[in-house]
Formats: sequence, C-alpha cells, structure tokens
Amino acid sequence: MFPRRVSGRFRQLKWAIMAVTLGIYYLTPWIRWDRGPNLPDQAVLIDLAQRRFYFFFIEIWPHEFYFVAGLLIMAGLGLFLFTSALGRVWCGYTCPQTVWVDLFILVERWIEGDRNARIRLWRQSWDIHKWRLRLTKWLVWLLIAAATGGAWVFYFADAPTLAGQLATFQAPAVAYTSIGVLVATTFVFGGFMREQVCNYMCPWPRIQAAMMDDGTITVAYRDWRGEPRGKHRKGAKAAAASRIATAYAAPESAADAVVQQGDCIDCMACVNVCPAGIDIRDGQQMECITCALCIDACDDMMDRVGQPRGLIGYLALTDETKERAGEPPVPMLRHVLRPRTIVYTVLWSLIGVGLVVALLMRSDIDMTVAPVRNPTYVLEPDGSVRNIYDVRLRNMSNVPRDFSLSLTSDAALNLSLQGEDASTVSVPANEILLQRVYVTAAPGSSAATGDHTDLTLMVEDFAAGTSASVATTFNGRVSQ
Amino acid sequence: MSDSKPQTLVEESDAKIGTTGHDWDGIKELNNPLPRWWLWTFYATIVWGVIYTVLYPAWPLVNGATAGVFGWSTRGEVAAEQAAFAQRNTPLANALAAADLPQVAADTSGELHRYAVSSGAAVFRTHCSQCHGSGAAGAIGYPNLLDSDWLWGGSVSDIAMTVRHGIRNDTDGDARWSQMPAFGEILSNAEIDAVVEHVREISDQEHDIALAATGAEVFASNCASCHGDAGEGMRDEGAPDLSDAIWLYGGDRDALHTTVNQARFGVMPAWGARLSDAEVAAVATYVHQLGGGEAEIEKVHP
Ligand code: SF4
Ligand code: SF4
Repeated sequence: MFPRRVSGRFRQLKWAIMAVTLGIYYLTPWIRWDRGPNLPDQAVLIDLAQRRFYFFFIEIWPHEFYFVAGLLIMAGLGLFLFTSALGRVWCGYTCPQTVWVDLFILVERWIEGDRNARIRLWRQSWDIHKWRLRLTKWLVWLLIAAATGGAWVFYFADAPTLAGQLATFQAPAVAYTSIGVLVATTFVFGGFMREQVCNYMCPWPRIQAAMMDDGTITVAYRDWRGEPRGKHRKGAKAAAASRIATAYAAPESAADAVVQQGDCIDCMACVNVCPAGIDIRDGQQMECITCALCIDACDDMMDRVGQPRGLIGYLALTDETKERAGEPPVPMLRHVLRPRTIVYTVLWSLIGVGLVVALLMRSDIDMTVAPVRNPTYVLEPDGSVRNIYDVRLRNMSNVPRDFSLSLTSDAALNLSLQGEDASTVSVPANEILLQRVYVTAAPGSSAATGDHTDLTLMVEDFAAGTSASVATTFNGRVSQ
Repeated sequence: MSDSKPQTLVEESDAKIGTTGHDWDGIKELNNPLPRWWLWTFYATIVWGVIYTVLYPAWPLVNGATAGVFGWSTRGEVAAEQAAFAQRNTPLANALAAADLPQVAADTSGELHRYAVSSGAAVFRTHCSQCHGSGAAGAIGYPNLLDSDWLWGGSVSDIAMTVRHGIRNDTDGDARWSQMPAFGEILSNAEIDAVVEHVREISDQEHDIALAATGAEVFASNCASCHGDAGEGMRDEGAPDLSDAIWLYGGDRDALHTTVNQARFGVMPAWGARLSDAEVAAVATYVHQLGGGEAEIEKVHP
C-alpha cells in the first residue's frame, strides 16, 4: 500500500487528533500526584504487585474492580454510540492502529518520498541507495516502536525510577519483555501489516456492520453526481453543457447528451490516498475506516477543475434519494439524534452516573466475610456451638485505624476475635487484615440447636465514624 | 454449467506443477508445493528438535531417559526451589526451635507466631490432616482440635508434648499412656447398662432415672478413680470428662456401651521422630491457635 500525501481539513483534524492522543499516551505516566507518604505519587499507575489501581484522586482496590468493568462497558457503549451515529470514526481517527500507521507513513513519506517515489523504490533492485533509505526508515520506525513499548511499561511502575532502571539495565525482566513484545508488534503492525490488521485481525469491522444502519453517516461517493466519470479535458464540461442545450432543442437525443459526463474526472486521487486501499466509488465497503482522506483528496481535485466540493463526503444513505431529487440533505444533527443513538446515550449516562455515585458513596473501610465451612460448626464441652468466620478488614486510608467488630442478630450470639481479648483490632494503613472471628451460641439456645440463624457482622471505626456491614448465617447443630 | 472451464484449470495446473500420480475416478491430486515460509519453519522445527533433545532430557530409555547435556530436570528445579525456600526460612525455623513456645503462642502479632502458624498449617496438612481432618475437626475416634476439650491438656506445651511423643504407641517411651480396662470382663451387662445411664445423666442427656441411680454406685466403685467422682475426667491420666457434651467415640447408648464393654485404645504416632523441633513447635502453635488453645498452667513439663 502506498497512500499518497493529501492535505485538507480532515487531514488537519487527523493530525491534531494524532498529536493529542499520542501526547496523552506518552505523557500520562509522568504526571505526578501527591498522595502522601508511602503511596506512589504517580497520577495514573497500575500497581500489580500491591494490587492497586491509581487514577488521579481515585484509588481502586481489587475488590472494587466493578469500577473498571463499568468503565469498560461505558467504553463499549460509547463505541456503539459513535459507530451508529458516525460510522467508523473510532477506526478513522483514534484507533491506535490508525494513529501509529499514520505516524509510520509520515516517516516513510519523509524518508522515501511520496507515493510515486515509493512505488519506484519498491520496484527497484536492492542497491545501496535502496538499502540506505530502507534502513533509515526501519531505524526511525524502531525508535518510534521503542518509545511506544517504553511508554507502556511506565503505566505499571513509578516512571522516573523505571526510566533510570531501564537506562542502567536494572529494570525487572518483565519490563524488558513487555517492551520487546510491544516494539515487535508496533514495528510489524504499523510498518508492514497496516490495513491488513484492520481487515484480518480486528473483529470490529465485522461487528460495526451490525451497529450501522441507513441513517449512519459514512464516507460516500455521490455517484449520482459523479457518474459517468470521464477524463478531465478543458472544455469538456462546456461541450457537454452545449450538448445538453442541443438536446433540449432536439429532445430525441436528450438522454444521450445529458449523461455525457459526470463530475468525477477519474483522477484516482481518492484511491491513491486511501490507507485501506479501496475505491470508495464502488460504494461503502467493509475495509473503509471513514478516515475521510479521500474526501480531502477529491475536494482538492474539484477545486482545481472548478467544480463544487463534496463529490465524496460524509453522508447518510437515507439522504441519497433526496439528493438525487435535488433536495437539500437532512441536517447532520438530525442524523446523529436517532432513537438508537439516544438509547445508547441514555444507557451510557446511566452507567456513568451509577459509577460516580458508587465512587462518592464508597467508604474507606470495607469487610468481606467468609464463613469457615470445614467444619460447619464446632461443639464446645459446655454444649455451646461456635462458628468461625474469616473476616478480611480493609483499611483504605493512609493512617492505621482501630476497627471495632460487632454483630446483630435476632438470636443471642456472642462475638470474639481470635488472639484478641477485646473486639477491636488495629489495621495498618492501606492494608488488609485477615482476622478469624468466633461467634458462639449458648448451650441449648435456639441458634445452637437450630439450623441456620441470620446475623449481620458490622465493622466500625468510631474515630472516623465510618462503618460497613455484611450479612451471613450461623450454623446450629442441626445443620450438617 | 459448462464443463470446459474446470478442465482447462486442471490441465493448466497439471502442466505447471504436475500431480502426485494419485487419481481417483478422474480426480487428480495436484502436487502443489508448500509455501516457502512453511517449509523453512518446518526445517527450523527439525533443527530445533534435534538441538533440544541433545540439551534437555528427552529420549526414553529402559531405566529412565537421556539426561541432556545441561543436566536440567523439572525435579531438580523443584528440589532447588524447595532448598532455596528452606534456606530462607532457616533463621526463622532455628529461632522457633530455640524459642520459648508459650511466649511465641501468646504473642499473636509477633513474627515468630506468624511463621509458626503458617508453617505449622503446612505441617498439619501434610502429616495430621489424614486423621484430624483438613479443617482439624477430627472424626469419631480422632479428637476435634478446634474445640476447647483436651484429653491431655490444651496449653501449647501440652500440645507440643503430645505431638512429639504421641499417644499409646510402642515406639516412644515417653508417649502419653493410659488404658481403660475392658469392663466387659469385670461388670455384668446389666451393670454396664446402668453405668451408661448414669453417664448420660451426668452429661445432661435423656436417661432412665432408676437405672442411673444403680449406675451411680457402679460408677463410684469402678470408674471414679480415673474419671473423678462427678465424671469430670483427669487430664494427667488422659481420662476424658464424661460430664461434657463432647464424645470422642459417641455419646449414644450403643457407643457408650461398647466403650465400657471393650474400652477404646486410640493411638497417635510420635511425631518427634519424624519432624524437626521447629516443625513440632510450629504445628503445636498452629493447633493451639485454632480456637481451643489454653493458657499455660503453672506446672513443670518434662
Ligand atoms: S475510502 Fe476514503 S474514508 Fe474510506 S478508508 Fe479509504 S480514504 Fe479513508
Ligand atoms: S478523487 Fe474525486 S474526481 Fe478523482 S477519481 Fe476520486 S472521486 Fe473522481
């Protein structure tokens, strides 16, 4: 594939988006965030060893992974929303594959020249000149790939420290492996496989077909205006016009004359710039990533031959009949606001609001309770019945805190902590404490002789006034 | 459909690449060459295979397999890893073996306590869970280690003593030893039934009042010397408390009758012969903190 250079408003937009997305990717790990002592001061950090995920002021513990799941669902719905409204905008503008391929092609063009020069070079035999150009290109690609893989690992460790370690060859092996894999994939996918990744490896082109309908805005060729295409000759249009005029005078040859020539000058510009290697004039195709480069190319051509722009443009299929009839198209906004997109937007916002609410309501104290089922209960010499619970107490704050445990139940039950005289334990800052808890029912009591009794374990931090509770059951002697 | 096209196809291909000579009812198998990358990958795997079998254990022989010039084996790797872990734990294990066990057991947040509990849990799962259950809840004839009922004492040093020397085994002279006579040879069946009713009475179970009264006399003259006047048991003798809710061999009439009639004789091996001092200390600490552990009683232990 040798896409030609193109300039225009969409190309400008793409450059801008590329700069922004790459900027975010490379710079994010270097943003600092002060969380206090003993905590990483990196704004975005996936700490696998400590099993914490830091995102600015948000700190996610493994048991709160539903936040991440929620964000993933939101990302998915967002993708649905944009696809049903605007087709493959994700693919065309922000997909990492597109962004890096764009970057790689930029380098390629810079070193080897534009389309024609590259084709010539590709055909040419491997002499020193070709070797020199190729090696330079590969080298620059490799540098970009290395930067890509390098930036990735910084999300998983303190960036400045890791950078130092990497430079002095002291970083953990997994860092080098990750970088190696990412360098290889970036180099191969971005440099050599390009649109084939989209066509053969990425499932999205096939899924997106289901997300789109006739109202979706895609890149399309206005064949009713362009066809039949013909080579541009100075005056051809005028000739055609005069023929039309003649045709009106002599209606029997009118059909002939009117269809003489459309606006497409068959210059192949749209085909040459297409990174997916397709001819948009054949209609909407699976491979098209709606990158709009063909729009830029054709608009440029239209400007040169003095025809109105928009032979290729963003439009919805539903507009076609209208446009054929010469009516103005439905406004963009009407296309975008369809029941389908509104449903997606509502779902998306609901999850978003839910996550924000959950985030605001979550407490920095948390407990999970695992009743010990081996054995289900323990009989004591005096006939009382004891149940054991493995309780995990999480102190999600930066100071050690005293957690007090208590229980509520309709039946009379007694709570005690293994290894503690009181019912209070101290949990270090940012740690999980595993505490065995005994709950005892007095001899002959309903809980001791019955089957299951409901109870609620409660953990409180009196100093901070926060609490959490978990409902569980107590097994009497009847249960087995 | 015209049949000319497929024919030309075959003929063209035949001319270019030939067939394998296989021909089934006019269907020929073409001798298409494999893609070059595929062939090279194939050759590379052969080379790789040869190198691999030289370097690593590979070919099965009569008594084992070729060792490979690296001398590497998964077994050796595991052994090395185990040795490395043992090495890393050595200081803690030594400290535990030398430590004052009651002190270790009492200091629940101490490093030695935590080491003892986790390594003791491993020892327990390996050597003890077969009889006492993986959750230490025991079974009929095998004491439950989670409750606070102890035949020979529940302080950590009592437990360590039991673990080290075992119970009623012939291998360790210091084993805990007690033996109940088989009263079937001493008492009549009626007397045994009566004493069973008495035992059910003192342990708060449903019983025959008249029989139990007779049984009380039998008990006083035959059983009280070990189990105590009120059946409260005697730990120094390993004589169980008969007034509580816990029965090692069952508290129903049949089980009690069998116990009195034949006597029970549970045996536990002397683990001191198989486990290191640190392991004995660890497993005792582990069992002690399961829920029934008792504080140290002021008395001299051997
Ligand atoms: S057809 Fe046009 S919009 Fe589609 S991929 Fe090619 S250049 Fe981009
Ligand atoms: S760029 Fe425009 S004018 Fe040129 S071939 Fe494509 S559609 Fe026709």
